[in-house]
Amino acid sequence: MKTYLSLVKKEFHHILRDKRTMLILFGIPVALMLLFGFVITNEIKTIGIAVLDQSNDYTTNQIVDRLESSCYFVVKQRISNYGQLESVFKSGAAKLAIVFEQQFDYNLQRNRKANVQIIADASDANFANLSVSYATAVIRGYINDKNVQKSGMLQIVPEVRMAYNPELKGVYFFVPGIMALILMLISALMTSVSIVREKEYGSMDVLLVSPVRPVEILLGKVTPYILLSFINAFVIVVLGWSVFGLPVAGSLFLLFFECFLFISLALSLGILISTIADSQMVAMFVSAVGLMLPTILLSGFIFPIENMPLILQWFCNIMPPKYFIIILKHIMLMGNGLKEVWKETLILLSMNLFFILLAIKKFKIRR
Amino acid sequence: MERFQDIDKADSTVIWVKNMTKKFGKFVANDNLTFSVEKGEIFGFLGANGAGKTTAIRILCGLLSPTSGEAYVAGYDVYKQSEKIKQSIGYMSQKFSLYDDLNMMENIRFFGGIYGLDKKTIEQRTNELIEKFGMQDMQKKLIKDIPLGWKQKIAFSIAVLHKPKVVFLDEPTGGVDPITRRQFWDLINETAEMGITVFVTTHYMDEAEYCNRVSIMSEGKIIELGKPKDLKEKHQVNSIDELFFKVARNVNY
Repeated sequence: MKTYLSLVKKEFHHILRDKRTMLILFGIPVALMLLFGFVITNEIKTIGIAVLDQSNDYTTNQIVDRLESSCYFVVKQRISNYGQLESVFKSGAAKLAIVFEQQFDYNLQRNRKANVQIIADASDANFANLSVSYATAVIRGYINDKNVQKSGMLQIVPEVRMAYNPELKGVYFFVPGIMALILMLISALMTSVSIVREKEYGSMDVLLVSPVRPVEILLGKVTPYILLSFINAFVIVVLGWSVFGLPVAGSLFLLFFECFLFISLALSLGILISTIADSQMVAMFVSAVGLMLPTILLSGFIFPIENMPLILQWFCNIMPPKYFIIILKHIMLMGNGLKEVWKETLILLSMNLFFILLAIKKFKIRR
Repeated sequence: MERFQDIDKADSTVIWVKNMTKKFGKFVANDNLTFSVEKGEIFGFLGANGAGKTTAIRILCGLLSPTSGEAYVAGYDVYKQSEKIKQSIGYMSQKFSLYDDLNMMENIRFFGGIYGLDKKTIEQRTNELIEKFGMQDMQKKLIKDIPLGWKQKIAFSIAVLHKPKVVFLDEPTGGVDPITRRQFWDLINETAEMGITVFVTTHYMDEAEYCNRVSIMSEGKIIELGKPKDLKEKHQVNSIDELFFKVARNVNY
């Protein structure tokens, strides 16, 4: 116990005295939150649209008004035929075109069904996807209102529902992802680098020659990072809530329990990396490419897993961050409990056991 | 070489090695090493880079296990009792001596702590050290701001802080100026007089003259072993430096 405390104290000295480490520990989480929240937002605001209104009646005008008053869309151009569409998209003036069929109002009243076509410039697929959803949502809203007025008679053509995040607020998407990214960064990258640093300097030999057991060395090494990871998880939750107005719908206790699972998983991955890497550079590279990139790309953080090719989907299935992000979304956004996330929790738990045992075994072999 | 073959394992023997061999794949780093070191002795381990000194020291410290042969340190078997060995040895290398971003006191407390010394003992021995070296003004300085010579002296003192039976020094004076080296060897002598065995590897042949006995390694084998005086007489040379060139040249240099 005393040796363990000595090790922890020493590790804290290392961390607190290195400005770069401190910057990574506390600067990056805050910077990432603010960056994703304010700058790299995937929310849509004032997107330019082109309108091809072949009917130009009361209803179509109302729908266009509705689109504009939603704050998401600005009519940049009114065009008179499909031919002009190409040039509008190419000039970049509009990213979305709304096409009303002829006799729109008439069709709606008579046949209880009218067609509106939404054409998106899908060169930016994510953006197109989102803006189409927005537009459909607005049109649906309009028809809903009409239905209420006229006692349920008009048919709703588009059926899309943005559950749990009706406004498609970006912050709801990126907070779980950032949480996974930051915990991975601190727990895996920082830990592996700090263990490899001792190997590089030769101090690891001095530790291994001493009566301290390898397990104690590892525990002493990771304890400060567990603590710091928790502080960071807390900071992210508080920032999400105070700056971006994202409440945690579910149990905070469960949230931090799942964080702990993910942290210890990331730590064992970090230890594992430190056993194969011989220099800090290698450790950093392996952690970045092997852990950070998948956390960003293959976890559903930025790109939806459902849209990926099958092979990549299989890859995602072995990525711990995927499950962590699913769990976080359940707890933070939907307010679900363990009943809904037990499967993912179990997966994290078994990955945990596997990697912890592997890490301890590998670390011993080094001596 | 016959005289190495049957060495006694007396109570006063601290390191006892017989036919110890270490192979890395096909490369033989230590080839049939046989030697013993007595309590309170200063035993010098000489050899060019790659001669196998570091491998031998790492085996004796329990960082590596030998491929074959026998080896005992402080009475414990290196194969089975490495945990016991660790309690009885101190270790210091040129590569790493102290944590740069901790100050002197923190380094002492840390290493004292991992060797299981209690607070009172650590405080007491630290005060003795400070008194001895007159380093009152260095206590709170980070190690990176302390000159290398001082650093090595402090590191050595820390390596023997827990009063081990034997201390292994792997090129402890690398890069240190001649005056500090001299002081460092005074420290080593003091330690040996206290009954702590000193096992030291070095590049500096003048340092070999200070050892009670030296062994010269080349290509994984011990090619000479004995008191510096005896070895010089045997080969009719004036210094260990000359001796080293003479015997090393016989083996391919």
